[in-house]
Amino acid sequence: MIPRPKPERFRLRRTMMFMNAQKPGLIKDAYIYGCDSIMLDLEDAVAENQKDAARFSLYHALKTIDYGETEVIVRINGLDTPHWQEDIRVCVAGGADGIRIAKCESAQDVLTVEKAVEAAEEEFGVEKGRTLLMAALESPKGILNAYEICAASPRMFGVAISGGDFRKCMQTTPQRDGVDMLAARGQMLIAARAAGVQCFDTVFTNLDDQEGFEAEVLQNKAMGFDGKSLINPKQIRFVHQVFAPTEKEIRQAEKIVRAYREQSAAGVGVFTVDGKMIDIAFIPGAERTLKLARACGLWEGDLV
Amino acid sequence: MEIKKPAIAGTLESSDAQVAVEPADSGIELYLESSVMNQYGRQIKATVLETLERLGVENARVTVVDKGALDCTIKARVECAVFRSCDASAANVPWGGAVR
Repeated sequence: MIPRPKPERFRLRRTMMFMNAQKPGLIKDAYIYGCDSIMLDLEDAVAENQKDAARFSLYHALKTIDYGETEVIVRINGLDTPHWQEDIRVCVAGGADGIRIAKCESAQDVLTVEKAVEAAEEEFGVEKGRTLLMAALESPKGILNAYEICAASPRMFGVAISGGDFRKCMQTTPQRDGVDMLAARGQMLIAARAAGVQCFDTVFTNLDDQEGFEAEVLQNKAMGFDGKSLINPKQIRFVHQVFAPTEKEIRQAEKIVRAYREQSAAGVGVFTVDGKMIDIAFIPGAERTLKLARACGLWEGDLV
Repeated sequence: MEIKKPAIAGTLESSDAQVAVEPADSGIELYLESSVMNQYGRQIKATVLETLERLGVENARVTVVDKGALDCTIKARVECAVFRSCDASAANVPWGGAVR
């Protein structure tokens, strides 16, 4: 039995890699790739007549395999299937860190899942509130309701867009410049930031198109995403590189935090660093940069 | 649990095991085939028998074709096959109880 530490609602989630929960060869050593989170999938990757087998496999993987620092999230089947309730029971009993709600369209969907999670925590003697939630938005309705979804529960840590289904609904296909999903990504990001949760981009499925993948990751970073869903370990390194702060950003953040502490101790609220105005509004961003830098192995200070 | 009808779980992929259970009259008959028989045959047998005992299966013919599965995978496949044979694999599985 591997006791997993209590999940953290806010942690580094640059990369979230999908794994079929039904395939023992995949899930037994998923942690060695170094992604921040793994997403064990009970939904689309698992054939309809193997949903039960995937749960048994998932339960023992959660209980037996030491995933270490890697966060373990489980994607459950949609609320329109006969599977989701048992999926939730096994996730909670096995001690998964979080549950990804597939095809989420409203705050009510989140509440429905939350209620079942709470019942399962009670049934299996798991600390109430331990199991985190995230939502996958896969339809226009999900995107339009993004804010109420993000703000529906204190268990919610983030929201992700699912490109395949969404593009189908919008009658479009992946475009080089990302224009096919620009509005949806933007709306979801605004909703996530307004609700104070994290925001993740969809998978890039063409493994032979490294150039297209890199362009998309760079756009993700520029738009303000926290991370990206992945389907293959070879995609991890580039995302970690892109999402790592630059040397210049780290030095700047360090200066800002230091200067803020000195100035506020001296009773000064607004001041300049390298000619730029700094006040308290800049501090959370600078602290976030330093935490991210530490997680990426680029900084070893003790300011945060 | 009583094995009511033949049932099967798992695949023949690497790191997996395929487990078939069938009704039998007296006791457990276990047939094991494994790609790592010499190294792990005894341990796999012990895991299968232990799992059956935990599920209260007293009479069954059990065939295991192992492709180098971890213990936790063997357990998962045996349990799934037994629950399937009782039509009990889809809901209200006793996670953490008989299944652990």
